[in-house]
Amino acid sequence: MNTTASLSIETQQNPNAAGAQSSYDLVIIGAGPAGMSAASTACQHGLRVALLDEQPNPGGQIYRAIGQTALQDEKVLGPDYYAGRQLLADLHQALDSNNAVTQGLLHYFSGSMVWSIEQDQSVCFSQQTFAATNSADSENSGSPVKQTSQTNPMATSNTSRRINANKILIATGAMERPVPFPGWTLPGVMTCGSAQILLKQSALAPKMPLVLAGSGPLLLLIAAQLHRAGVEISAVLDTTPKGRYRKALKYLPGALKNLPLLKKGLELLLELKQAGIHYEKHVTGLKALSCSDGQPSVKAFDPAKPDMQPIELLQQVEYSVNGKIHHRPCQTLLVHQGVVPNVQLSRALRLEHQWNTLQQCWAPEKNTWGRSSHADIFIAGDGGGIAGAKAAEYQGRIAALKIAQTLGYLTEDQLLKHAEPFRSLLDKQQAIRPFLDQLYQPADEFLTPADDTLVCRCEEVTAGEIRAIAAKGIAGPNQTKAFCRSGMGPCQGRMCGLTVSNLIAEVQGKTPEEVGYYQIRSPIKPLTLEELADLAQ
Amino acid sequence: MDNVLTAKSAISSPSDVKEVATFKRLATRTETEQAGKTVTVYVDDQPVEMQPNDSAAAAVLTSGLRYGRTTTVGNSARAPYCMMGVCFECLLEIDGIENVQGCMTTVQEGMRIKRQHQARELSGR
Ligand code: FES
Repeated sequence: MNTTASLSIETQQNPNAAGAQSSYDLVIIGAGPAGMSAASTACQHGLRVALLDEQPNPGGQIYRAIGQTALQDEKVLGPDYYAGRQLLADLHQALDSNNAVTQGLLHYFSGSMVWSIEQDQSVCFSQQTFAATNSADSENSGSPVKQTSQTNPMATSNTSRRINANKILIATGAMERPVPFPGWTLPGVMTCGSAQILLKQSALAPKMPLVLAGSGPLLLLIAAQLHRAGVEISAVLDTTPKGRYRKALKYLPGALKNLPLLKKGLELLLELKQAGIHYEKHVTGLKALSCSDGQPSVKAFDPAKPDMQPIELLQQVEYSVNGKIHHRPCQTLLVHQGVVPNVQLSRALRLEHQWNTLQQCWAPEKNTWGRSSHADIFIAGDGGGIAGAKAAEYQGRIAALKIAQTLGYLTEDQLLKHAEPFRSLLDKQQAIRPFLDQLYQPADEFLTPADDTLVCRCEEVTAGEIRAIAAKGIAGPNQTKAFCRSGMGPCQGRMCGLTVSNLIAEVQGKTPEEVGYYQIRSPIKPLTLEELADLAQ
Repeated sequence: MDNVLTAKSAISSPSDVKEVATFKRLATRTETEQAGKTVTVYVDDQPVEMQPNDSAAAAVLTSGLRYGRTTTVGNSARAPYCMMGVCFECLLEIDGIENVQGCMTTVQEGMRIKRQHQARELSGR
């Protein structure tokens, strides 16, 4: 096991090779704050754990590339980001089987996409396989992550694997809420999160002129981070509707339990103000346009296909303030309307989900230990409802402890004793949520967009088409698939699912809960035949 | 601050999809920590120098090309949107394999990245 322990990237090319495991007490899916903390906690209490993650390195999105952040200046991303280093250090300790604290065993599978979990709890995933030259380099036993960033394994192909789990912890986190508005598919429109990922992983700053538009704490944070990095921001367009502060006030007592976070939000606003960044409040009517003001549409031809129609690219943003329409040239428009649980896996597993009206999204049902509607499947982190990175970390620990107790590694008393401190920390994090959720609930123009707005990016279906189909009295989102192919493209409904449910609910006068959601089937990631064939062997 | 160049004007002529303004590299950590090596990839046959932890989607964004693919349904141009594997707008042909999620693929020396024009259907990841 020494090779495994000293490398952060799992190097076993064949799970059935001597010494390799194919059965684990716990398989954790996702190596963000919840997955990382759960892995080290479980390992500490003696469990044999596999940690699977899509990315080449641990951290998830919030602590993306935490072991090899590209940016030189640590002030840009700020201390909240670098706090993730502690989780990484704990993970390294758990990966080191010679460490006295580590009772159990941890295998970390990077670059691994889970595409199915079967009835018998076997987890099928597709892993990028690497050229042999770098895989056995375990001599220098310094920091595992440094090692892997120096070697640069060659991704050659993907191999499918199957491992067995006694318990499963889903820690697949959140995704940014897809924000349909006219022109959101134009090249140049990206999520705020994508710009942050590019900063963390690659120290890349977006193309200017740059405009940020949307609502929520992350919008302000990313604006501040880009500004600290020296990126010129031409405007921040805040779409938080009028009257939201008043509406949110009733949740203020809860929010006051987490004063530091509240203070941070105000500091961000102040930072942007002091930086002199143009900031517009109560923005409505957001549109991304491919034409310049008064000019004919600026388009580009694809030289490879001269007969093709011109290509439309983002040129400017249109918006209204107090009924007055404005235009601003821009090459990059970063949009944000909060984050929502990524439910693809929990849906594919047919777990029970509930509609959260305040957060305007679905979340899988779970009890206070993180147990889902399936006795052997647990959920921790934002994938089970949005509460942030700190909450995710505590939820990961609490779920890992419960799983340890369920499997007999801890007594009931030990469980309660170990979990108690994390519970009170978690309460504080969750107390502020209703206030934030009410304050930053997306405006209606993003939840139920105008008829001409594309809703399904993959199959290019508009809101109007969905409304027309809904008016025919269809039973739910699965039927829109049959009528117009919405949700049947490569993203499997990840980008349109919420909007389609909302639109049907609007037209039929129902709640999204009554309307339901797409039925998601495995594989949840597209596979090649070769990858499927691997499993048959 | 010096690392951020001001944006040059937009597309100069309609036939020119390439332009000077691109995603710009800010000051990165010291050479030793960043492995000190750059990786050369080819985006539509043009060499682009990248850092070892960058993704293929980032290579397209820094190459000066404004989009990575055109859609099958409406032939509209698309570029990476989420950079975290959920939107599938970053599909590229990488080393001869079509429909690879560029944002989930780390660059490798000599990697050949091609934009996709109205690719038929999804075959690989
Ligand atoms: S950019 Fe969204 S999946 Fe790659």
